[in-house]
Amino acid sequence: MLSCLHHNFQLINYMAVITLTINGKAHEMDVDPRMPLLWAIRDEAGLKGTKFGCGISQCGACTVHIDGKPSRSCSYPVQAAAGKKITTIEGVGSEEKLHAVQKAWIEEQVPQCGYCQSGQIMTAVALLESTPNPTDEDIDNAMRGNICRCGTYQRVRKAIHSAAATTANKKGNGVTGK
Amino acid sequence: MALQVNKEAGTSEAGSARPGVAHPGVDRQSVARRDFMKIAGLSGVGLMLGFTTKANGAVATVVNISEQSPTAVLSFELHPFVVIDNAGTITLINHRPDMGQATWQSVPMMIAEELEVSMDQIKIQQSDGLRKYGGQLSGGSSTVRTGWNRLRQAGAAAREMFLQAAATRWKAEKSDCYAQEGRIYHKPSGKSFTYGELVEDASQLEVPKELPLKAKKDFKVLGKSLPRPEVPSKVTGQAQFGMDVEVPGMLYASIERSPVIHGKVLTIDEAAAKKVPGVKMVVKAERPLPYKTCEGVAVLATNYWAALQGRKALKIEWDNANYPAEMSTDKYFAQLREIAKQEAPAYSTIGNVSEAVGKAAKKLEAQYETPFLAHAPMEPEVAVAHVKDNGTCEIWAPVQGPDGAIEQVSKYLGIAPEKVKVNVPFLGGAFGRKAYLDFVLEAVYLSKQAKVPVKVIWTREDDIQQGPYRPGMLSAMRGGVDDQGNIVAFEHTLIGESISGQVFKSFPAGKPDPWAGEGISHEESPYAFPNAKVGFLRVTTDIPIVWWRSVYASNSAFGHESFVDELAHAAGKDPLDARLELMKDQPRFLKVLKTLGEKSNWYQKLPEGMGKGVAITRSFGSICGHVFFVKKEGSGVKIDRVVSVIDCGMYVNPDNVRAQTEGNIVMGISAATKPGITFVNGKAQQSNFHQYRVLRMDEMPKVEIYIVENEEAPGGVGEPGLPPIAAALCNAIFSATGQRIRKLPFDPAKLS
Repeated sequence: MLSCLHHNFQLINYMAVITLTINGKAHEMDVDPRMPLLWAIRDEAGLKGTKFGCGISQCGACTVHIDGKPSRSCSYPVQAAAGKKITTIEGVGSEEKLHAVQKAWIEEQVPQCGYCQSGQIMTAVALLESTPNPTDEDIDNAMRGNICRCGTYQRVRKAIHSAAATTANKKGNGVTGK
Repeated sequence: MALQVNKEAGTSEAGSARPGVAHPGVDRQSVARRDFMKIAGLSGVGLMLGFTTKANGAVATVVNISEQSPTAVLSFELHPFVVIDNAGTITLINHRPDMGQATWQSVPMMIAEELEVSMDQIKIQQSDGLRKYGGQLSGGSSTVRTGWNRLRQAGAAAREMFLQAAATRWKAEKSDCYAQEGRIYHKPSGKSFTYGELVEDASQLEVPKELPLKAKKDFKVLGKSLPRPEVPSKVTGQAQFGMDVEVPGMLYASIERSPVIHGKVLTIDEAAAKKVPGVKMVVKAERPLPYKTCEGVAVLATNYWAALQGRKALKIEWDNANYPAEMSTDKYFAQLREIAKQEAPAYSTIGNVSEAVGKAAKKLEAQYETPFLAHAPMEPEVAVAHVKDNGTCEIWAPVQGPDGAIEQVSKYLGIAPEKVKVNVPFLGGAFGRKAYLDFVLEAVYLSKQAKVPVKVIWTREDDIQQGPYRPGMLSAMRGGVDDQGNIVAFEHTLIGESISGQVFKSFPAGKPDPWAGEGISHEESPYAFPNAKVGFLRVTTDIPIVWWRSVYASNSAFGHESFVDELAHAAGKDPLDARLELMKDQPRFLKVLKTLGEKSNWYQKLPEGMGKGVAITRSFGSICGHVFFVKKEGSGVKIDRVVSVIDCGMYVNPDNVRAQTEGNIVMGISAATKPGITFVNGKAQQSNFHQYRVLRMDEMPKVEIYIVENEEAPGGVGEPGLPPIAAALCNAIFSATGQRIRKLPFDPAKLS
């Protein structure tokens, strides 16, 4: 289906009604099914925390979780996301109820401009879900897909270690914050 | 990033005092004053303190704006920084857009220190550019150093007025009263009033002038690592960036610009684009650069994806004239090398370099090359503009200076500046790029055509391929060492395109570029060479350029500090010792160098295969030095550790000084070791982060940052850490491998 769309890129223009489940809430939208999930999340569902940085999966600013897996929403057709569980930064925690990773991010004062940080946090949350006590190498491997032009990498690393320590103290109970 | 440092309330404001603009009438002022009160969330008339701006740029005087009401508050000479209403709400204005450098905290902290309020008692509001709070451009690492005295004066004046108002009410001595946490206390009785309770009385008082300000040892807020107020919003996805602005009824635009930047549109086939569902309009677009207007074709649609698909479906023929032949980085750099021997107009001349080199026992010559670079902020250029039926225009855009945006938009539309309103959300990075307002004017143009609000979003490819860029530059170096091992001559000629020449058409003939001496002139780099010359030669190019974090110092310090290293080695001296000797009469440089030596354990013997390098630069009012440690790995080296020392005088938030320096290290390493921008046949060869690569997490060295404690006037923090990075790194590589890197970028993993 998708490859067919690509081959006939200029010829086929159509819309479809798609329902996305974002942060546990259903969003129905009438969109080009090839629209990247990123723009569906931002412009159709109105959740602006997920950012556009490069459009080709190179920077990680658009990272969301699709069925728990960190994914680049800028290169993920909205149609393929239908029926899957999508989590964005807004679903991770709020200022009133912060996720352990967000708390660590505040403690280490990680963000500068802050634009890439939603993506950094989404990747870090997923890393800690799969690897609750990551080594520096684990962090390198998980986080190298997320560019920060302000250069906050050292603080990102520190915050991940500190979130891991906090959640370890809670006996592995709190990483997801849910 | 770096328009000339405004001597706050200085020439740039005076120059834009808009004498030709009809003075706003009283009615208009009172309306706008009400608007201001509303925006500030004020519940009633309170105390507003601001500054008068003198046309000659002299230091501003704190004035009470509340008593000038209703007319004066909106006059362009008055700009409230401290606004306290009778409900006790304390609003402090941040007049410098926050692009990650933390003005959202630093500006209010400077006011709060003398006002005696804690940071959790205040509301922060971004200035709108209309009232001129002094220069509102975040650039030149200037916010703290230019605001330091006058913002503290504003806070002190308000505090003194509250003290006086309280003392009068209690019929007490003012000296028996003190201010703390937004209240005035009467020491003998323990009674107190909040500022809100005193505001009506206080606003009737005369504003005290030239108050003594606290010494560093008495600071309660300044100098403390307080958490930045906006960080929680940035970790929860709630902070609003320019990219996140939505205005009812707006259309999204994507613009196809000529791949050869100055190309003209010959024909447009828009049929396929118009078939894309959601596409509303295809129209020729303008991209106004400060010195010429480029062309493009815009697709406007009800959502961004549709606009992008429409754009991809366009068929456009371009007339690229002779630009493909002219715009070539190879050709440009060849020209730089060709003129390198010419006599250059100088920033500084000491003794006679030619004579000294002639007599020297060792004569050295070298050329150092630095590439064109894109800023590539994580948030690409984006702007929403609404040119309204009533002759006004409203902008929502991540711009580094709302005042500059008002000036440019009003000029572009031919309307009075008061008819332009600029809303500045957080900037998703900028590094100088968002002080170049082509993207705002594109949105203005399209909104005028479409008669609805238009949001122009640049793709990453647009950002990387359309410029403007940091110019590529060449440093032609010459020097000599006598037979006693003394460095007797040093010459640095910086060669390349001039920002003031290209962008502002104001290159001073026969003189060096007005900005490119930063970091390298003798005043900035005061090594005690008996013979020294630092000069500049201009070579023009049509590749658009502009300031990039630390401007020319990011290019020039590479050659400058690498060549100091070369001369030190030629003189048989340790590179740190040579610098200590040449800076022996410069106590602040000495302190940074000695601290670097101590913190890096410089004199410790390194294991086989490791190398260390040092470099130091003063720029934007601060001195920063780095020591890099590298170790050989495979056919190259790996950056192991960076030790940095910065003397930025007194500072606002030490944690932020460290954060900015960390950022400068990362950006400096990217600039040295990742691909730059090259032009072939008039086109940028890089398009996105797979080609225009930047440093990533797995390449991040360990970084330690130390701040020199002193009571010197504050210097800049956002940029000074960047210039010496490349030289410190390459000096370390020389120490590890014997290989001298003279051309950036290079791949540290693959040294020949």
